Amino acid sequence: MAEVLVLVEQLDGSVKKVTSELLTLARSLGEPAAVWVGGGLDDAAAASLAEFGAATIYVADSADLSEFAVAPKAEVLAQLIAEKSPAAVLIASNAEGKEVAGRLAVKANSGVITDAVAVDAGFVATQSVFGGSTVVHSKVTKGTPIITIRPNSVAPEAAAGAGTKVAVSVALSDSAKKAKVTGRTVAAKGGRPELAEAAIVVSGGRGVGAAEGFGVIESLADSLGAAVGASRAATDAGWYPHQYQVGQTGKTVSPQLYIANGISGAIQHRAGMQTSKTIVVVNKDAEAPMFELADYGVVGDLFAVVPQLTEEIKKRTS
Amino acid sequence: MKIAVCVKQVPDTWAEKKLRSDDSTLDRESADGVMNELDEYAVEEALQIAEANSGEVTIVTMGPDRAAETVRKALSMGADAGIHLVDDSLHGSDAIATSYALAKVLEGRGFDLIIFGSESTDARMSVVPAMVAERMGLAQLTFAQKVNVAGSTVTIERATDYGYDTVEASTPAVISVVEKINEPRYPSFKGIMAAKKKPVESLGAGDAGIDGGQIGLSAAWSGVNDFAVRPPKAAGTVVTDEAGDGGIKIAEFLSAQKFI
Repeated sequence: MAEVLVLVEQLDGSVKKVTSELLTLARSLGEPAAVWVGGGLDDAAAASLAEFGAATIYVADSADLSEFAVAPKAEVLAQLIAEKSPAAVLIASNAEGKEVAGRLAVKANSGVITDAVAVDAGFVATQSVFGGSTVVHSKVTKGTPIITIRPNSVAPEAAAGAGTKVAVSVALSDSAKKAKVTGRTVAAKGGRPELAEAAIVVSGGRGVGAAEGFGVIESLADSLGAAVGASRAATDAGWYPHQYQVGQTGKTVSPQLYIANGISGAIQHRAGMQTSKTIVVVNKDAEAPMFELADYGVVGDLFAVVPQLTEEIKKRTS
Repeated sequence: MKIAVCVKQVPDTWAEKKLRSDDSTLDRESADGVMNELDEYAVEEALQIAEANSGEVTIVTMGPDRAAETVRKALSMGADAGIHLVDDSLHGSDAIATSYALAKVLEGRGFDLIIFGSESTDARMSVVPAMVAERMGLAQLTFAQKVNVAGSTVTIERATDYGYDTVEASTPAVISVVEKINEPRYPSFKGIMAAKKKPVESLGAGDAGIDGGQIGLSAAWSGVNDFAVRPPKAAGTVVTDEAGDGGIKIAEFLSAQKFI
């Protein structure tokens, strides 16, 4: 069975959930092989990759791989494509993952499909475009299929693989060493899951009214172990940091549950969350377009409804 | 300092976007075209860098005839000159072909910085700036929420899920910017009048040395098998919080759906 390469997403050495999702998907397409770029692969991380089916773990570990942005990962993958002729390469569909995929496509003279939500055994990818209004099936027609997969598209299921480590030596080209990472700044996030990966997202919009209003949104999020998002109206007003903006010019999320509070539902916002599996809407305006997407909606004051919901969840889960 | 800004004309955000039934490409005729929103931030950033470093700004676009409107808009904001790559053979080009064509137009012109918006609102792939950097062998400084130019050293804050990375390179470099990096200026009346006299070079694919076998729908590295417009979502349950138990009702729904 041909190998399917999965580029591992990790933060400070721990493997992210999306990688388990991609390994699960890779098992339906071929033999999963995880690709770890940089240092820090400890036994726990290797065990986590094996748990979700990695037969092989390619480890490209040298100091300069983590010193430079994006390009080194594309070079490692291009080398593996040349040496191992995998059936496909799967990469998480986030900002960096898509850029790695793009550079890799140019290097390997291969087609690339981004933001897939499914891939079938014939490597036909499903994408949900234009804010979820259109479903597209497409296929790479030249070279090795390079496909980026949106987080939360596949339910991760464990199925042990051998997890055999294979060292890969990479000599970075000069052009991969041109953009040097000189510092990393981690914003405080209060222990919440990452927005793009979260299974539940609780968002606030114009109806939240002020920065202080986000307190009730955060409390609800914390009662559900959810990430917090915001509409552009809220981030433009400075009520919540810009990196949490969900929408056409912000993040695209596709969680199991999305709770929109005080968000009218302009196309700019809908484009970033429309593919959420279940959508709950709270808004005092019964005419808000957001209700068109709601699986369940309450017309009412979010400052009454949301705290009551939070209390009720705490009561039921304690 | 010579700065290029690559801009794209896209269907208006508020318009309903659809694919063409004949070749599965984006239907660009059925909606008004506007400058891709994130490209406005790219133009603004270029103008600010040029103002501080006695630079000049050239707007580069690839697209059908009417994409010239987008070049004109950027010129009316204050850019100095434009290049419009326009050729029927480019229709249907995917991101790989687009990056190839843009690199062909950009190379050999001595640009110190090539600035993009980080994503277009139509295709939303966010890959072309990285691909152009790869093709031209230039430093990639993308997803910038802040750009600092000091002589030939460019430092950016690269927005990430966890915060940001500080990334540094020497010119020439490819930059892409995210929203909020600045407040794009509105064209003034004077700017609009002045833009009419600014030079816009119109190039065909052959003029730019582009190999016709590498562009267009027939050369695409991926293809659409089929597509379908998703039917509107079935109406959910919407209740009014008259009795003051809206929160409890949502909790009951979440419980029934096994979220709690």
